[in-house]
Amino acid sequence: MLDEVKLKRRSFLKTGAITFGGLVLGFQIPMACSKKQGMNLKDIAYHAPNAFIKIGTDESVTIIANHSELGQGIYTSLCQLIAEELEVDWDKIKVEHAPIDPAYNHTQMGPIQATGSSISALSEWTRMRQVGAAARMMLIDAAAQTWGISPSDCSVEKGVVKGNGKSLTYGQLAEKASELEAPDLESIALKDPKDFKVVGKPIKRLDTKIKTNGEAMFGMDASVPNMLVAVIARPPAFGGKVKSFDANTALAIDGVKHVIEIDRGIAIVADGFWNAKKGRDALKVEWSSGTNGNLDTPKQSLAFAKELQSVGRQAEERGNLKEGFGKASKVFESEFEFPYLAHAPMEPMNCLADVKEDSCDIYIGTQMPTFDMLTASHYAGVAPEKIKVNNHYVGGGFGRKSVLDGHIVSEAVQVSKAVGLPIKVIWTREDDIRGGYYRPKALCKVKAAIDENGNPIAWEHHIVCQSFVRGTALEQMLVHDDIDHLAVEGVVHTPYNLPNFKLLWHETPNEIPCLWMRGVGHSFNAFTVETMIDQLAEAAGEDEYSFRKKLLKDDPRSIETLELAISKSKWGQTLPSGHVLGLAIHSSYGSCVAFVVEVSLENQWPKVHHVTAAIDCGPYINPDAVKAQIEGSAIFGITSAYYGELTLKEGAIEQSNFHNYKMLRMHETPFVDVHIVESDKVMGGVGEPGVPPIAPAIANALYKLTGRRISKLPFDKKDFV
Amino acid sequence: MIEIDVNGKKHNVDATEDTPLLWIVREQLGLTGSKFGCGMAQCGACTMHLEGEAVRSCITPLSRAKGKKIVTIEGLDKSLSEPIQKAWIEKDVPQCGYCQSGQVMSAAVLLRENPKPTDEDIDNAMAGNICRCGTYQRIREAIHIAAKSI
Ligand code: FES
Ligand code: FES
Repeated sequence: MLDEVKLKRRSFLKTGAITFGGLVLGFQIPMACSKKQGMNLKDIAYHAPNAFIKIGTDESVTIIANHSELGQGIYTSLCQLIAEELEVDWDKIKVEHAPIDPAYNHTQMGPIQATGSSISALSEWTRMRQVGAAARMMLIDAAAQTWGISPSDCSVEKGVVKGNGKSLTYGQLAEKASELEAPDLESIALKDPKDFKVVGKPIKRLDTKIKTNGEAMFGMDASVPNMLVAVIARPPAFGGKVKSFDANTALAIDGVKHVIEIDRGIAIVADGFWNAKKGRDALKVEWSSGTNGNLDTPKQSLAFAKELQSVGRQAEERGNLKEGFGKASKVFESEFEFPYLAHAPMEPMNCLADVKEDSCDIYIGTQMPTFDMLTASHYAGVAPEKIKVNNHYVGGGFGRKSVLDGHIVSEAVQVSKAVGLPIKVIWTREDDIRGGYYRPKALCKVKAAIDENGNPIAWEHHIVCQSFVRGTALEQMLVHDDIDHLAVEGVVHTPYNLPNFKLLWHETPNEIPCLWMRGVGHSFNAFTVETMIDQLAEAAGEDEYSFRKKLLKDDPRSIETLELAISKSKWGQTLPSGHVLGLAIHSSYGSCVAFVVEVSLENQWPKVHHVTAAIDCGPYINPDAVKAQIEGSAIFGITSAYYGELTLKEGAIEQSNFHNYKMLRMHETPFVDVHIVESDKVMGGVGEPGVPPIAPAIANALYKLTGRRISKLPFDKKDFV
Repeated sequence: MIEIDVNGKKHNVDATEDTPLLWIVREQLGLTGSKFGCGMAQCGACTMHLEGEAVRSCITPLSRAKGKKIVTIEGLDKSLSEPIQKAWIEKDVPQCGYCQSGQVMSAAVLLRENPKPTDEDIDNAMAGNICRCGTYQRIREAIHIAAKSI
C-alpha cells in the first residue's frame, strides 16, 4: 500500500555497550522529512536503545525485531538475514520486540516504525545482512587484535573465531568487540546470494514452540500490578454520541469500580473482564444517532449507483476510448458489488495503558507503534519520548492493527488517566465486528470490447468507493491528483495489454471508518479485472490461459507465474465428473500470484477441492514462509468470497460474531499446493498478493458450472440453484 | 470462595458462579495460554479439558467447573503435548498462533480417543476451531504425524 513512498536517508552503524555487557550493534539514523506527513516526529528526542543485535558475554545472541510478528514469520526471516552474515549457531538466537526508536524505522516508508503492505522483508533485506556482517567483522577484529594477527588470517564458524591455532567464542569476544569502531557501511561486502546457507532455506520458525504451549505473550495477555479491565460501550451507529447515561445500574454489578465517559463512549471499569462486560450490559445509556442514523445498505447501494453516473476522476488513460469502441466487434458491460468486510483477527483489539505522572507505558500487539506512541502522548499529555510502547506477538492483524488514528490506544489511555491506575481495554468480538475500520464497500463497472480478431480494443473502468486514507496522516503520501492510490490499485498500470483504456474513480463520502485489509484495493479490483478477462476470452473463442498469455506477453513475471501454475495443475487433464478448473492471476505488492482452482457444486454451494498456486516474489528469505502465506491468503480470500458481508441498518452493522460473520473452517478448506518461481527479479511481498486472485479464480470456475457470471461478493446461494 | 482444580492444583477463587472459566483461569490464575476469541462457543480459542472432555471455557460457568478436573494448555499431559508439539514444529503450523492453544487442546482429545484419525475424523473433531490465518491444512497434516507417535 505504501510502495510509492521511498525515503532515502543517510544511516550509519553504531556500537554501544553502556548498560549491557557485550556487543550491541545498531543503526543510527538521523531523522528527516516528517513535517510533510503531518506527523510531529521531528523534534522528538529518543532515549530508547536502538540496537538490532546484542551479543552477550554469556554467548547469547539476541535479535531485536523492528517489525511486528503477525504470523507472517518475519521474526524468523529477520533472524535468517542476520544469521546469514553473522555465522552463528541458529539455536542460540533469541528475539525481542523492538521499542520505539527512529533507528527501527521502515526503510521503504515513513519515517515510521510499521509493519504492513507486505514489505517488511524488502525493508530489511540489505540492512539486516549489513548488521550481521558488521557484527561478525568486529568480533573477528577483536580476536585478531587479541592474537596480534591480521583479521584475514582468522576464520569463523558457528560463533567461534579461529586463528593461529587458537579459538575464541563470540561471547568471549563480545566485550572487546564493543570497544571497537563499527565498520563503515560502504566497506561491508555482503555474501553473494549463491553462497547463502540460511537465507532462501526452509528454516523452521522460531516461535512455534511458544505458540503451541501457551507461552507466547500477546497484547491480550499482558498484565501489570493493580490493573483493572475496561469494556467500552460505544455508540451503535457510526458517528453517534452519548446523549445521557445512568452509571448506577452498571455500578451495582459486583466488581464494577468506575463508569467513565470518554470521547468514544462510556468505559465500564471492573476487577476483570466478565464483571466489566456485565456492567456494560447493565448500563443505561441513550445515544444520539448522529448524521448516519438513517444509513442502511440498500440506501447506500442506491447512492453508490447514483455516484457511478457521475463523471468521476480520471486515474489513468491510454489511447482513445471512443476510437476503441468504434472498432469493437463485441461489447460487454458488467457491474460488480463488494461489501464492507471486517478483518476479524483472532485476537480482538485490546490495549493496556499505564498513565503515570510524567510517563506512560503501553502494552499492545500492534502493526503501527509510531502512531500508537503519538496517540498515547496526545491523550496522556506526556511528551512522546516518555511513552514506552511494549509490543507483543500480534494475534492476527491483516491491517486491523495498523491504525492511523490510534483509537485502540486512545481508549485505554483516557481511562487510565481518569482512574489513575493501569487499565486494559478489551474489545469483545461484537465490538470488533461492529466497531468499524472495514475494507470499504465498492461498486465497479467495466465496459470492455474485443475487435474482430478477438483482441481487447477498449476498456472503460469505474470504481466507486470511499478513500482509504482521506483525512489521515498518510493522505498526502497516498492520494495524488485527488486519486487515492489504494482505491485504484490493481487496475492502474495493469500488466494486461489493454489499448484504449480509461480508469475513473468515483469517491463516496467517508460515512463509516474504513481501513486497509489484507489485499486492500486489489481485493476487489482483481475480481473485476480477472472475471472480465475470462468473459472476453470466451467471446474471443480462446481458452482463458492462452488469452491471458497473449495479453501478458510483455510482463515476464506474469508469464512465468502463469506457466508454473498451469504446469503444476490439472489443466487440460480429465477431471472427475462435475469438477471444473478456474484460473486467475494478479500482480500486487511487487509479486505475482496465479491460482488454478478445482471446483464443483455440492448441495448448491461451491466446493473447492484443490488449489494450485504459483508465486513470483523475487528472491525470498524462507520458502516455507512464502508457502504458508499463500495458503493462508487463499483461505482468507475464500472466506470473504463465501461469507464476507457486513450490512448496515440505522447506521449500525447488523452482524456481530462468528455465527453471522462466518469464517472458513477446516472441513471447507482445500489443499493449497504452492509453487515458487525461482527468480532474481526485484523482491516483492508475500503476505497479501495471494488474496486478490483467489475469489475470481473460483468465480471463473463457477461460470463453467452454472453459465452465469458472478458479479457480487460474497457468493449467493441463489446463484447456484 | 469457590474451589477449582486446574492442572492438578486446587485454587480458591473469588468470583460469582456465572463467571466463565476462561476469565478465572486467565485473570485470577494468570494462565494466559487459553485465549478469548468470540465468547460464544464459535471459535474454540478458549478450549480446555473438563474431566477429559474438550469444552469452550468462554461459556463454561464457574458453577459447572466447580469440583471438576480442569486441564489447560499449560497442563496438558506430556504423553499428548510432546508428540503434538513436535508435529506442529515439523509442519511449522502456527502463523499468528492465537488460535493454536485451542487447536492443540482439541487435537489432543481427538488423538486420545482416536489414535488413527482419518481426514474426515480430523475435519469433524476440529470443526469448532477457527484459524483466521488459515493454517488448517498444516494442522491436518500435523495431526496425522502426531498420530504416528502416540
Ligand atoms: S472464545 Fe470460546 S469459543 Fe471462542
Ligand atoms: S494461527 Fe492465527 S488464527 Fe490460527
